[in-house]
Amino acid sequence: MSDMKITVNVDEYLAVNKYEVDEETAHIELVDEPSPAEFDKLIRVCPAGLYKRDEDGRESFDYAGCLECGTCRIICGDTILSKWAYPGPTMGVEYRYG
Amino acid sequence: MADFDAIVVGAGLAGSVAALELARAEKSVLVIERGNFAGAKNMTGGRIYVHSLRKVFSDEELAEAPFERKITHERISLMAPDSNLTIDFTSDELGRDEHASYSVLHAPFDQWLAEKAEEAGAEFIYGIPVEGLMKDESGKVIGVSAGEDEITAEVVILADGANSLLAKEAVFYEKPPANQMAVGVKEVFELPAATITDRVLAASDDEGAAWLFAGDATHGVFGGGFMYTNRDSISLGVVAGIDAVANGDCVPVYQMLEDLKQHPSVAPLIKGAKVVEHSGHMVPEGGVNIMPPLVNDGVMLAGDCAMMCLNLGYMVRGMDYAVAAGQMAGKNAARAIDAQDTSINGLVHYVEDLENSFVMKDLHQYKNEPAFLESFDRMFNAYPALARDVMNSMFVVDGSPAAPIKKKVLPKVKQVGLLNIVKDARGAMKAL
Repeated sequence: MSDMKITVNVDEYLAVNKYEVDEETAHIELVDEPSPAEFDKLIRVCPAGLYKRDEDGRESFDYAGCLECGTCRIICGDTILSKWAYPGPTMGVEYRYG
Repeated sequence: MADFDAIVVGAGLAGSVAALELARAEKSVLVIERGNFAGAKNMTGGRIYVHSLRKVFSDEELAEAPFERKITHERISLMAPDSNLTIDFTSDELGRDEHASYSVLHAPFDQWLAEKAEEAGAEFIYGIPVEGLMKDESGKVIGVSAGEDEITAEVVILADGANSLLAKEAVFYEKPPANQMAVGVKEVFELPAATITDRVLAASDDEGAAWLFAGDATHGVFGGGFMYTNRDSISLGVVAGIDAVANGDCVPVYQMLEDLKQHPSVAPLIKGAKVVEHSGHMVPEGGVNIMPPLVNDGVMLAGDCAMMCLNLGYMVRGMDYAVAAGQMAGKNAARAIDAQDTSINGLVHYVEDLENSFVMKDLHQYKNEPAFLESFDRMFNAYPALARDVMNSMFVVDGSPAAPIKKKVLPKVKQVGLLNIVKDARGAMKAL
């Protein structure tokens, strides 16, 4: 990753959005042991910052704050994503401004 | 007998306008939208050029449309980390009602559009993601499926947006390549209308500015920043090439936006404002180069799912194309139903209409622009710095003896390379 700093906690901004999170089903899933280089791409392109690597190098992904843009599907749909679907009926993000 | 004459997937601009035209032609039409209301899953920068809406609605109807502000100031900035050079253009011509442009927010705007289609007789169902297409044994699309439910129609119009999961089934279009798609991230900042008016030097609360930033807005990566004034809020965001960001040595796109917010020439615009939404969306910048087939047996594509979008660097367009394409799709679908031929042969007149319209003419005209912009590295790095250096040498007075401007400027130009500048100018002229 670049040495340019990440200063923002994007989760604080996602917290102002309205979501109906589907706790039962993940609409996006990663393969087991995803390639770190591919995962880095997702860290950079996801506008919600859902793909994370902590200081100890542990990778994590949480679909709950998804903005449903599909960017991860375009860049990694054929590599480290095993599933990309839209959230189920009435679920997911609900833009009040858009 | 099919359940409906037509099914439209997606209640965005293309979808609702297509449904409106079908309803006006007295066809039964069902719009299936996965959001809980029209616009709930949609996002734009954004602004719409009104000309194509004027072919759908009367002046009286448009007067009630939830436009945010008429755009009367066009601003373009070359942004370096420590400087910003802005051109601010305004003219009487720019603001003329016949061809004005307006900032919009999708949640209010798409709901208004859906209401108009509903008033004309279209039916809408919300909160249902269409999961698949039904086909007969010949492969013709005859309806849609969602969960256990199946609904049939003579024709299905896909208007399901830039991230269409149905285009593959409809026209065997897998997905657009990452180097032809951009990702947009936007935040909406709430502010009193009068404060916004003052900050962008607009004449009234009905008028506002569109502002594009090249250079440091994306820290030199292919893309740019944008700002649009809404009535009571400001939309501020960044659009960057997906492939460029994924494979670049750069910060995440949301951090680009955070840094843009901190830039000294942007921060005062949103000072004291509250972020009320953080959104993301893809922009199909490749345009005609990545366009899927627009019709197949029983199915048509319109709007972002058909990649009807244009990025010229100084402007991004998509919504006026979506409205026009939706109108042509709706009208041609109605004609095909009347002629009892919704095969590809019956629907292909939609493509002919599009080809003869500004939609495809524009997209063909500018088909080299995406490739030119993507390779135009100097626009994102060297030129903003050159602009800063030239302006500094003109405007910074430190008491040292004056040197001729040419002597001050030429060394800066030489750093970039005079030939490079000539080459880029020629490239831009050719692509545009």
